[in-house]
Amino acid sequence: MKQEIKGGPLTRLIMNDVAGRRMMAIILAIAVIVPFCNLMFPEGSAFHVSTYTMTLLGKYLCYALLAVAVDLIWGYCGILSLGHGAFFALGGYAMGMYLMRQIGDRGVYANPELPDFMVFLNWTELPWYWYGFDQFWFAMVMVLAAPGILAFVFGALAFRSRVTGVYLSIITQALTYALLLAFFRNDMGFGGNNGLTDFKDILGFDLQADSTRAALFFASGIALILGYLISRFIVTSKLGRVLVAIRDSESRARFLGYRVEWYKLFVFVVSAMLAGVAGALYVPQVGIINPGEFAPINSIEMIIWVAVGGRGTLFGAVIGAVLVNYAKTYFTGAFAELWLFMLGGLFVLTTLYLPKGVVGLWAQIKDKFFSSGGGGQSGKPATDNAEGKI
Amino acid sequence: MSLAKTKHIDQPTVLYMDGVSVSFDGFKALNSLSLFIEPGEMRAIIGPNGAGKTTMMDVITGKTRPDEGTILFNDEHDLTRFDEAQVANMGVGRKFQKPSVIESLTVFENLEMSLKGGRSVWQALTHKLTSAKQDKIDEILSMIDLKDRLYEDAGSLSHGQKQWLEIGMLLGQEPELLLIDEPAAGMTDEETMKTAELFKELSKKHSLMVVEHDMDFIEALDCRVTVLHEGSVLAEGSLANVKNNQQVIEVYLGR
Repeated sequence: MKQEIKGGPLTRLIMNDVAGRRMMAIILAIAVIVPFCNLMFPEGSAFHVSTYTMTLLGKYLCYALLAVAVDLIWGYCGILSLGHGAFFALGGYAMGMYLMRQIGDRGVYANPELPDFMVFLNWTELPWYWYGFDQFWFAMVMVLAAPGILAFVFGALAFRSRVTGVYLSIITQALTYALLLAFFRNDMGFGGNNGLTDFKDILGFDLQADSTRAALFFASGIALILGYLISRFIVTSKLGRVLVAIRDSESRARFLGYRVEWYKLFVFVVSAMLAGVAGALYVPQVGIINPGEFAPINSIEMIIWVAVGGRGTLFGAVIGAVLVNYAKTYFTGAFAELWLFMLGGLFVLTTLYLPKGVVGLWAQIKDKFFSSGGGGQSGKPATDNAEGKI
Repeated sequence: MSLAKTKHIDQPTVLYMDGVSVSFDGFKALNSLSLFIEPGEMRAIIGPNGAGKTTMMDVITGKTRPDEGTILFNDEHDLTRFDEAQVANMGVGRKFQKPSVIESLTVFENLEMSLKGGRSVWQALTHKLTSAKQDKIDEILSMIDLKDRLYEDAGSLSHGQKQWLEIGMLLGQEPELLLIDEPAAGMTDEETMKTAELFKELSKKHSLMVVEHDMDFIEALDCRVTVLHEGSVLAEGSLANVKNNQQVIEVYLGR
């Protein structure tokens, strides 16, 4: 704190954040090396990374960005959203709609205008809300706008009515569940329970091609770094300290003259947009978006990623998302039916023994073995104080 | 001005409350409370538990809406129409009974956040620490005696130091009127007397309303005293005067 490094805002942002800097360097390296090894080395070479692995890691990068978005509101402002999957899915649907329009007349019914599922439903015209999605730029605007506007309207209602704590968590959960049911309906015009799939290409590049996959992977890495930097900029500004004040003592923040609802709304909207971007990058890599992404269980899993990684650190969220999802990939392969129990157990263990997550583990070990009592104040942001606030 | 008409006295006041009533589920927490504080005045408020002291602060600071009555700040703002943040930004600072500093932020960050102005989201995002702000923080620090704890988490301070930090945060807001709830609670005798000195110093620039139970502390403040009982004013005057009031002895001091 005392030895702040001077320089431009970006220099200061990066240089004052040792852990984050290392993490960003690793992500950048992965974002370059993995596509390189996929494209440059032939299959069978010791250095080859298979497209399957690259796609899997690309998913993790998207989840990591989503986890950063969740940590931004939960770790720093105490807003426990159990419906953040909704914003992720909306970003995904916006991208999916663009990809559907890209199919053009190559669909089964060869209708140049209408996606297959609409032809199947005997629709003759494109619904108005599908207009513009044939343009990439428009779809990208909607990737931010759809989650952003929903978060704004929802947040304005909830925060201005001073809904906090578990009540807020419950209504966010209800929000994503309501969207799940809505998107399941065929007449909503989003492909019903099949969702949007059978994508052909993005910006004219074949989605099945390794080079396109590699570019998407690289883009996911860059998006994660940018998302992290934006979040880091917010939490290290005075605004970030106001968020912490709201988390730890909302009434104090109000009596200091801060309009708490506007601060919450701002960070909630930013977080929703980051989640939307994560969803938009996720969809072309996995090749499908369906209403299942709105399922409440997904949103709860996100909370576990952040808790396991270490709440209120941002980079901990990245680590948590990758660790838990790696475990999920492994265990759902090995013992599928046990996975949910393990996930639940992981959450309980983390809450009991690792209140600051895996990134707090080192500090915990240091306190226990290298200092003579009294410690515990070191890992600043995720304080015990905040726990009562969820 | 229609607001001025509702005032029943002529002299200027920083806080004017007339006929303020609040009830919760039929219980009258404030019962037609009338009270006014002149600019630059320090006022001590005493009263038994449940007399309505905290509720009074809640209605002044916009936390609770009164059922009826007038509350004017500086003879112009009707405080019953604003929320906590708006009232705070008009110049009413409030200190809670339990020290409420932001424990996971440092002493410096707590003070920085309290400094007047820059309350909008955009201003907070683009905030820069100017030398004027730094000077103001230094000035407050020398008053509250926390210079050597500047970069420590507020959570690691002692109870008394937290109380002082919270007072420092009030000063950062540069309020005209300070509402202070039991500042001496949990303080050592020495800290209590130091606090009384600090308040006397503050009363040169601000108007203060201090709720307190500690009679020695009130004696040290040496100011007008208002006794609340069952949501309205029971007696008002100098401490000596109030102490000899038969009703006050019955409901409060005698116990």
